[in-house]
Amino acid sequence: MLERLKEFASEFFVTGDPLIYGADVAIGITMITIVAVLTYFKKWGWLWRNWLTTVDHKKIGIMYIIASIIMLFRGGVDALMMRLQLAMPNMDFLHPEHYNQVFTTHGTIMILFMAMPFMFGLFNVIVPLQIGARDVAFPFLNALSFWLFFLGAMLFNLSFVIGGSPDAGWLSYPPLSELSHSPGVGQNFYIWGIQISGIGSLATGINFLVTIIKMRAPGMKWMKMPMFTWSVFSTCIIILFAFPILTVTLALLFLDRFAGAHFFTLDLGGNPMMYINLIWMWGHPEVYIVVLPAFGVFSEIVSTFSKKKLFGYKSMVFAMLIISFLSFFTWAHHFFTMGSGADVNAFFAVTTMLIAIPTGVKIFNWLFTMFRGRIRMDTPMLWTLAFIPCFIVGGMTGVMLSVAPADFQFHNSYFLIAHFHQVLIGGVVFGYFAGLYYWWPKMFGFQLPEKLGKWAFWTWNIGFYVCFMPQYAVGLMGMTRRLSTYGWDTGWWELNFVSTIGAFLMGVGFLFQVAQIADGIRKYKTLKASGDPWGGRTLEWSIPSPAPEYNFAITPRGDDIDEWWEEKERRAKGIYPPEQPLEPIHMPKNSAIPFIMSIFWFIAGFGFVFGWLWMAILGLAGVGICMIARSFSYDTDYYIPVDEIKRTEASLRGSV
Amino acid sequence: MNKKPRSLIRIIIPVVLTLVTIALIVWPMLAGGQYVVLDPKGPIGASQRDLIVISTILCAVVIVPVLILSAVIVWRYRDKPDNKSAYEPNWSHSTKAEAIWWTVPIIIIGLLAIVTIRYTYDLEPSKPLASEKAPVTIQVSSLDWKWLFMYPEQGIATVNTLNIPADRPVKFELTADSPMNSFWIPQLGGQIYTMSGMAMTLYLQADHEGQYWGSGANFTGEHFAQMRFDVNATSEEDFDKWVNEVKRQSQPLTQETYKTLAEPGTSNVAYYSSFPEGLFQDIVTKYVVDGQSAHSKHGEASGAKEITTQDVDKSAN
Repeated sequence: MLERLKEFASEFFVTGDPLIYGADVAIGITMITIVAVLTYFKKWGWLWRNWLTTVDHKKIGIMYIIASIIMLFRGGVDALMMRLQLAMPNMDFLHPEHYNQVFTTHGTIMILFMAMPFMFGLFNVIVPLQIGARDVAFPFLNALSFWLFFLGAMLFNLSFVIGGSPDAGWLSYPPLSELSHSPGVGQNFYIWGIQISGIGSLATGINFLVTIIKMRAPGMKWMKMPMFTWSVFSTCIIILFAFPILTVTLALLFLDRFAGAHFFTLDLGGNPMMYINLIWMWGHPEVYIVVLPAFGVFSEIVSTFSKKKLFGYKSMVFAMLIISFLSFFTWAHHFFTMGSGADVNAFFAVTTMLIAIPTGVKIFNWLFTMFRGRIRMDTPMLWTLAFIPCFIVGGMTGVMLSVAPADFQFHNSYFLIAHFHQVLIGGVVFGYFAGLYYWWPKMFGFQLPEKLGKWAFWTWNIGFYVCFMPQYAVGLMGMTRRLSTYGWDTGWWELNFVSTIGAFLMGVGFLFQVAQIADGIRKYKTLKASGDPWGGRTLEWSIPSPAPEYNFAITPRGDDIDEWWEEKERRAKGIYPPEQPLEPIHMPKNSAIPFIMSIFWFIAGFGFVFGWLWMAILGLAGVGICMIARSFSYDTDYYIPVDEIKRTEASLRGSV
Repeated sequence: MNKKPRSLIRIIIPVVLTLVTIALIVWPMLAGGQYVVLDPKGPIGASQRDLIVISTILCAVVIVPVLILSAVIVWRYRDKPDNKSAYEPNWSHSTKAEAIWWTVPIIIIGLLAIVTIRYTYDLEPSKPLASEKAPVTIQVSSLDWKWLFMYPEQGIATVNTLNIPADRPVKFELTADSPMNSFWIPQLGGQIYTMSGMAMTLYLQADHEGQYWGSGANFTGEHFAQMRFDVNATSEEDFDKWVNEVKRQSQPLTQETYKTLAEPGTSNVAYYSSFPEGLFQDIVTKYVVDGQSAHSKHGEASGAKEITTQDVDKSAN
């Protein structure tokens, strides 16, 4: 009995690597600390009522962002471990097997569990405020989306200590990811972690589409919507069409692995190329899903910090919609070298290049928003200004990669790695950082200390170029991606060594950001922000910071693109809107079901990962019961009385 | 008095930082390593290099002015109390200006698209190279985690080392008996995937004798980093001499040794005096069900040349 238990434990837990044991200890200590702190300060009730069961879009947004920053840390540590392994030739820091796990989890986490939730966090915090709504269209679904994402991400991360991490690359091409070549449970963690959070992503996409279509303030016609809201709208359209592809693809892969199907196997008529096509039919739109909201953030910031209207609004909207359309017709450029023939390659090369046109137009419009403006260099604007040259260069190398016959030489090399990190870090990460700095006062009611923010900005940026410029060069020297080691005879070590220095500089930049946030929290009383700390232009700046739970005491109007700016102009001239009487506000009630249901999904996922059918069925039954319970709960809303609104408004407005 | 040194430091620090950053980036780019992609030794690689240069120039035509323009705009319109440049907070539309920046990228991308399409057809990997000499055929199979090269015309086989005659086209037929890899010899030309259940064709040529290297460019699992191989381009005479030497000095590759070889693991360089007839076709058709290749729907006209059982039958006849 004891022997069997021992055998089970040695397979169940990841063993043998001191790094893992170190991580085990760290995770254990962190969890014990959290429990101890919550108990000591008697905060369990607060946690449950204010966070775990909340349906408030602002709080859900904050939870998304916290989770994504933790994931940024995890993905970042993965990156640093890889860079350490590659710093010198023939390094023995990570074994190949371990290295393969690290780059797989790095990619998966950064895209699906860092970029996506960061993006959803910004959606949640800002979109309802920007369109003058009191919440999203489906607040309950919104909470469910978050918890599905969160527990999906946790399931994926669990593979680090239990069962073993996936190691077939972030897109898990079969046959490598099939049972024949990856018999362990790592791939199952990959499939179920992504599936569970993927349901959440799809639901969020639908939620925000409906919110934007149905819940805009009176007067806010389509062409009066703020640019960030437009970007969210474009992105949600892509999510709506792309995420089902991912779900189906991974479901088929799961059937192959679990039920012995042959969709993507080599034998019995399976076809791995089908998987590669399908996964990129989601994968390519996915990069536009994450980058379009960053474009939206930049549009808001450029206009605010140049004290000028956004240039070429119509062009901007049109460009964004073209990008979301074209994003579905470029997927095959990820495998020009599959031998699909000149016709196919020529088509996908041209569609890929076409995307450069609307993107280029957007860059020009941002530049001409600044032209004849007055540019202030606060941290949100600094990240925006760093984005522009970075994205121009990254875009240029993207066009170079789209030239199909030339791509035969770039494909799978570090040139490609440098390119997509330049657009994903320079575009997406810089964009979300800019957004976080921009809307931080709106979320928390205080400003972040600028000085540490500038330190973070400069170390991140210098680190970025030092890390990735050499990678373009080493790509032209023939270094391919995912190599766990290389020899002295390759001539690659100088470039790799410097690249590693750059990566660690970015790590230091991240530490500065953590310090900045910690310092801000410590001094938040002296850093209190008004409702409109940056001289904002859109509706979210017309209410106090942080926003009250009902957002707007009186439903605002949205007659202008820069409604709040115009309103301030009118007020300066002495024209005030007529007083409107307060009315009771209809709000959704908190619910524990999203959290509980997601736990059941987690249990079901864990069961499927290990092939324990009883556990999977138990989990799915729990999910079903939660759904039934929800459909029979009628007490899901309440009204905030006028008195309470008056009191809240008085205390909020009085204190600023 | 206090102010002066501080402002000096405020200038020195950024300047030093910028210089250190540039030095850090530029030094390794100039040190040691060889830019194999930009230093091609064969016609395919040379065309691809030309294309890289053309596309870089076309892009740079737009990008360099835009980068300069960005810097100028940011500097000129920064928010300083004594900034005398124009400020027009409501200027947000100009049909003329927007027409320009819709048109310029369209023209540049149009040009690039024309060039790309022409080169895509010219450099289609399965297209034979123009040459007076008949191509030598080499059958390539990627295994976990080594390369097997079979020379059907010479009747020999090698592992993790490749010899080719210089100045003569080489017709690579490629497949895999493992997860998908990619066959890449940067100095001769671009890569192509090796996939189980099908054969691809790639024509390359080394114009000059010399030693080059190739690698597996697509991740295939644990020891994928060990899939580098040397490529020796020699004169015809030396190539023949080498073939004879291999024939004389090494053991044959049998079905049994192949089985062992195909098992996951790394391998040293190895030479075989012969290989089982039809081994390549056997690998390609390994997964054929009911006389139909798994992927037989893909057109023969494309780069992915299919070898169905019919082809195999023909070669058997």
